[in-house]
Amino acid sequence: MPQQMSQSTDRYPINPQLLAFSYARDSAAQSGCSVLDAAFERYFNLIFPDFVGGTGLSNIWSEPKPFTVSVKVKNGECDGFPDEGSNESYNLSVSAGQAVLKAESVWGALRGLESFSQLVYQDDYNLYFVNKTEIEDFPRFQFRGLLLDTSRHYLPMPAILKTLDAMAYSKFNVFHWHIVDDPSFPYQSRNYPDLSSKGAFHPMTHIYTQSDVKRVIYHARLRGIRVVPEFDSPGHTQSWGKGQPDLLTSCYKGKVPSGTFGPVNPTLSSTYQFLNGLFKEVTSVFPDSYLHLGGDEVDFTCWRSNPNVQAFMAKMGFGSDYTKLESYYMENIVNITAALNKTSIVWQDVFDYRERIPMDTVLEIWKGVPADYRAELGRITLAGYRVLLSAPWYINHISYGQDWRNAYTVQPQNFSGTEQQKKLVIGGEVCMWGEYVDATNLTPRLWPRASAAAERLWSDEEKTSSVDKAFPRLEDFRCTLIRRGIQAEPLFVGHCKHEYSGL
Amino acid sequence: MTEASLSKTPNPQLLPGCCGLGCPPLWASVLTAPTMAALRLLSVWTLLLTVTVCDGWLFDGFAARRHSESDEVALWPLPQKFQTSVDAFRLSSASFQIVHAKESTAGPSCSLLQNAFRRYYSYIFGNGRKHGKNLENVFDADLAELQVQITSADPECDGYPSLKSDESYQLEVNQPTAVLKAASVWGALRGLETFSQLVYEDDYGGQNINKTSISDFPRFAHRGILLDSSRHYLPLKVILANLEAMAMNKFNVFHWHIVDDQSFPFQSRTFPDLSHKGAYHPYTHVYTPADVKMVIEFARMRGIRVLAEFDSPGHTFSWGKGQTGLLTPCFSGSSPSGTFGPVNPILNSTYDFMTRFFKEVSTVFPDAYIHLGGDEVDFSCWKSNPDIQKFMDQQGFGQDYRKLESYYIQRLLDIVSTTNKGYMVWQEVFDNGVKLKGDTVVEVWMNNNVDKELQNVTGSGFTAILSAPWYLDYISYGQDWKKYYTVEPLNFEGTAEQKKLVIGGEACLWGEYVDATNLTPRLWPRASAVGERLWSDENVKDVGSAYDRLVKHRCRMVRRGIPAEPLYIGFCPHEYSGN
Repeated sequence: MPQQMSQSTDRYPINPQLLAFSYARDSAAQSGCSVLDAAFERYFNLIFPDFVGGTGLSNIWSEPKPFTVSVKVKNGECDGFPDEGSNESYNLSVSAGQAVLKAESVWGALRGLESFSQLVYQDDYNLYFVNKTEIEDFPRFQFRGLLLDTSRHYLPMPAILKTLDAMAYSKFNVFHWHIVDDPSFPYQSRNYPDLSSKGAFHPMTHIYTQSDVKRVIYHARLRGIRVVPEFDSPGHTQSWGKGQPDLLTSCYKGKVPSGTFGPVNPTLSSTYQFLNGLFKEVTSVFPDSYLHLGGDEVDFTCWRSNPNVQAFMAKMGFGSDYTKLESYYMENIVNITAALNKTSIVWQDVFDYRERIPMDTVLEIWKGVPADYRAELGRITLAGYRVLLSAPWYINHISYGQDWRNAYTVQPQNFSGTEQQKKLVIGGEVCMWGEYVDATNLTPRLWPRASAAAERLWSDEEKTSSVDKAFPRLEDFRCTLIRRGIQAEPLFVGHCKHEYSGL
Repeated sequence: MTEASLSKTPNPQLLPGCCGLGCPPLWASVLTAPTMAALRLLSVWTLLLTVTVCDGWLFDGFAARRHSESDEVALWPLPQKFQTSVDAFRLSSASFQIVHAKESTAGPSCSLLQNAFRRYYSYIFGNGRKHGKNLENVFDADLAELQVQITSADPECDGYPSLKSDESYQLEVNQPTAVLKAASVWGALRGLETFSQLVYEDDYGGQNINKTSISDFPRFAHRGILLDSSRHYLPLKVILANLEAMAMNKFNVFHWHIVDDQSFPFQSRTFPDLSHKGAYHPYTHVYTPADVKMVIEFARMRGIRVLAEFDSPGHTFSWGKGQTGLLTPCFSGSSPSGTFGPVNPILNSTYDFMTRFFKEVSTVFPDAYIHLGGDEVDFSCWKSNPDIQKFMDQQGFGQDYRKLESYYIQRLLDIVSTTNKGYMVWQEVFDNGVKLKGDTVVEVWMNNNVDKELQNVTGSGFTAILSAPWYLDYISYGQDWKKYYTVEPLNFEGTAEQKKLVIGGEACLWGEYVDATNLTPRLWPRASAVGERLWSDENVKDVGSAYDRLVKHRCRMVRRGIPAEPLYIGFCPHEYSGN
């Protein structure tokens, strides 16, 4: 729901034949602006799902009045990538025969076009109308992310691209790509091809080539979505070890190696050389200014068993406190990332170990019940770090009934702290971990449940405090998603005018 | 942040030294209802056999090639008796055929089998494969054909499957021909499914099958899936795809909960207003007579019965829209409140309507049974209505509204009996002491005291089917298929006679939160767990080995176009490519 919106019952017909998108004369972006040109084409089809090139019944009967959507953008950014500083605000004014959309940047214009497309409706005779409307809108949080996990199950490209489409419909702006993990390494590296040829589920069919990755970034950019990759380490790296010998710590059973491997070996300089090389590549492939470094759930038992690690601990004066070793490792890779001019995101574990990390590092909270994550929000922001909240939005956890209500009622800034601290909450993420999810069930599991979180991250909290008021809007929205080809599951009994026709 | 800490789901344990099909629990299923002593004896034998099969010398010298890929094969549900060797034969897409055996009582005029042959050929080789391109010679080690031999005088090619259908079959895969023997087409269909599951792809994309001998039959005769097309309308395509998936899992009953409170999508010829006013939409959200016919025929081709449910007297809110006077007007004080309750049981017009309606239903659906529902009747509306109160007095029911419900059901059952159909009802009908015909099937759905209920129903001499533990609409995080898998339907106290009266079970996917968008991945492979429980021997219950087979079975379903969701972390060689 937009921040400010007023509507009247005055409605204006829109004839698909006579709808035109145009750039205002004083707009910084003009015809040829890749982002908006593509968006005009896209939204025309989204607004008129049954338009069949001029012979549709609706055209014959609808009034022959032209309707113009005029877009004015202050700063171009047509060829840029959305990033943390992007301005997504826009104003939309719909009156007789025209809609005027004004935005600072193309990214705001994209949000405005989405809102406009949601304002247009069909009456019982399938004629299109839009009501007189004034909208002034901007996001509550700058970082509104969705995490997909392509390691526990490989997600084919169409599944990822479709998710990006649906993200734009809910005004998400960050695709957090948890691209590798223990089970598989599908990212095909230019410099370290063995990582995927040995670490993916299959070296040919279950990988993301460089051109696949480019395509994802390109598709996302056109929708105002950032792509933040995560290369989680030192834990969650079993699959890395297959293609990069000596990267992982060799676990010992008594005095001999047991043949199994633990987290990344933090004691070797070769480890940091490799990571420097990998991150150098990754940061050149992914244009976003953020890189997610993981850092969660490190199991120390393997480190403890290894005599070389023990010797290193003694040399460094860490005693038997393995969190210090983990800190040492994370500091190193955060510094590598900083040297590449990127901002690191890490999971909350890194903060909990009291590591010395740069102040511009972003912490992501993933653990615990509300009381826990509230306390953590307080602690992290008190220390002056920016923070992302994902703990209440692990929507891979399914249950019977309308659990979207839980996602909706989260209050990300409801913790004890100063105004200054609350500002450090830069947003949140919906996480769809992949243990039980692949292309067969991803989409209905994501939508419209993720849309509930999306409204929490975009809209004003007070204006959207009622779950019951959200219910009918979300029901309508899920039918809109279906109409747009996204197989969003139902909230409860009922029907959509146009049901999902796939399988 | 990841799940590792949250879901320490252990990877299912592999039995050490167990090679795929040679697993002990699997071999244990070779026995049919063994005595304990025999079981012990045999388990020694099976262990031996397991080892030897793994080593690959037991059947040595039989045929040309040996294959280490027997673990590629994953039969689901597991056959009753089963032997395989490592000797592999190749199937050439150019020359392999499925044909009628000379001795078969069915021939090319049996369109049910002709269709099945074609279906299973394309399951085995994929749809896109060109014929005749393979110019290789036929090798000695090739399997040239599968001969299907129907042995009964009447193969039932044009019939409908029924509760009494014989679904047993024997399958011998050997060079140069495999032979599938079954009494009727229904057993042949099950055997074709098994045959197709025996075929596996080698690393060069070739199709192979191992020397195998199978003798198989279902443990339970009624193996059902309930879909609810009232809470959400299910497009035909979804229903047909799920019939397809049912056949892959040897289910044989589609329990079609076709109407309910929310909508009435069944288009009646006699009472067109029922769907015209009671469906979500009179044209886009209905099942026309042609649609229903198509579902029935599609199901028949796969050996699946279509059991229609027209639930009353409760769950009928949508009926009232197109049939005025059918539902009980509820009262607020002394005046009608404008709302309606269950079917009005005191009017003759109600029974006239039901007579005509069920006459139509009984001709539309060929199955010998109709499901009449009878569950969850809310008495508050009846209580509020003065006419009903008067009727209660007249009949001497006092304040016992269960008696009124029984009165209604009794009359309804009598009506349905005149159509020569048997009926199925939900357990309340039995619980409330309604007088039931001997061949009534009682469906036990309430998940408290299931054992007691089964004991009572069968103790009274009625047949029962079990659905209580298999409400698949109740989803939860993690591998809940294990819960469904480990149910033992005959664990209640009762005589052998009583246990025989439990004729099967149903996996129910109620529609509150389910429509075309999420139905198929929510149902499969979770329902497959129920499928094996209802088909295979009761000793087939090792969750670990089931996991391995089910992982492969779900990939097989995905390969066949069914978006069956994953059990846990991993991958399929051919992932679902979506829509």
